[in-house]
Amino acid sequence: MVPTQYYLILSAILFGLGAVAFVFKRNIITIFMSIELMLNAVNLAFVAFSQSFGKVHGQVFVLFVIVVAAAEAAVGLGIIILIQRNRQSLNVEKVNLLKL
Amino acid sequence: MSAVLLIFFVLAGLAIIGAVNLVWQKHPIHSALSLIVVMVCLAGLYLLMGAEFVAAVQIIVYGGAIMVLFIFVIMLLNAGEEERTDFSKIAKFVGLPLALALTASIAAAVVKPAAGLANATQVAIPKATEQISTMLFKEFVYPFELTSFLILVAIMGALVLAQREKK
Repeated sequence: MVPTQYYLILSAILFGLGAVAFVFKRNIITIFMSIELMLNAVNLAFVAFSQSFGKVHGQVFVLFVIVVAAAEAAVGLGIIILIQRNRQSLNVEKVNLLKL
Repeated sequence: MSAVLLIFFVLAGLAIIGAVNLVWQKHPIHSALSLIVVMVCLAGLYLLMGAEFVAAVQIIVYGGAIMVLFIFVIMLLNAGEEERTDFSKIAKFVGLPLALALTASIAAAVVKPAAGLANATQVAIPKATEQISTMLFKEFVYPFELTSFLILVAIMGALVLAQREKK
C-alpha cells in the first residue's frame, strides 16, 4: 500500500500550485479554477487522513466541502458574467474601482 | 515496486502535470481542460485509497457539474487569451521561491503530525458508504440540512446576479 505521507505531500504540492495560479493569473475565470484546485488538494488530505485512521468522518467532511464548492461556483460564475457585462473584460486589473 | 505504488505515482504525476499546465496555459479553456485531468486523477487516487463513494461524487459533481459550468461560462463569454501585463522583475525572481517555500511549509506542517502514522497506510473501512450515510443523517443531520439551505440561497443569488436589469 501507499504510505499516507505521499498523499499528504501530493496534496501540499497541488495546493501550492493552486496558490501560484491564484496569484499569477490575470483572467478571473482561471483564478476561480485555481480556487477549485486548492479545494481539491484539501479534499485529498481529508480522505488520506480518513483512510489512515480508519474513520469516515473525513469523507463526510469532503462531501460538505464539495457542496460549498458547488454553491460557490454557481454564485461566482454569476459574478463573472456581471463583471464581463459591466467592464467588457475578464482581466482582473480592469476591476479597479477601489484602487487608489 | 508494487503495482499499487506504481499506479499512485502515475496518477500523482498526471495530477501534478495537469496542475502545472493550468498555470502555464494562457487560454482559459486549456486551463479548464487540464483541471479536469487533475480531478479525474484525484478520483482515481480516492479509488486507490478505497474511498469509492467520494470518488464517485468527485467525478459526478466536480467533473460533471462544476467543470461543465466553468466551460459553459467560458464559451458564453467568449473568453480569449489572457492579456499579460508587465510583471515586475521582483515578482519573477521572488515569486517562485516563495511558492516553493509555501508548498514546503504546508507539506512539513501536514506531514509532521502524521509522524505517529509514519509507516501508516490506508486501512480498508468496512461498509464505508453505509457508515457515511448513517453519519450524514444522524450525527451531521443539522449541517446537512443547512447545506440544502445554502444551495437554495446560491441558486437564488445566481439568478438575481445573472438576470438583466429591467428598464
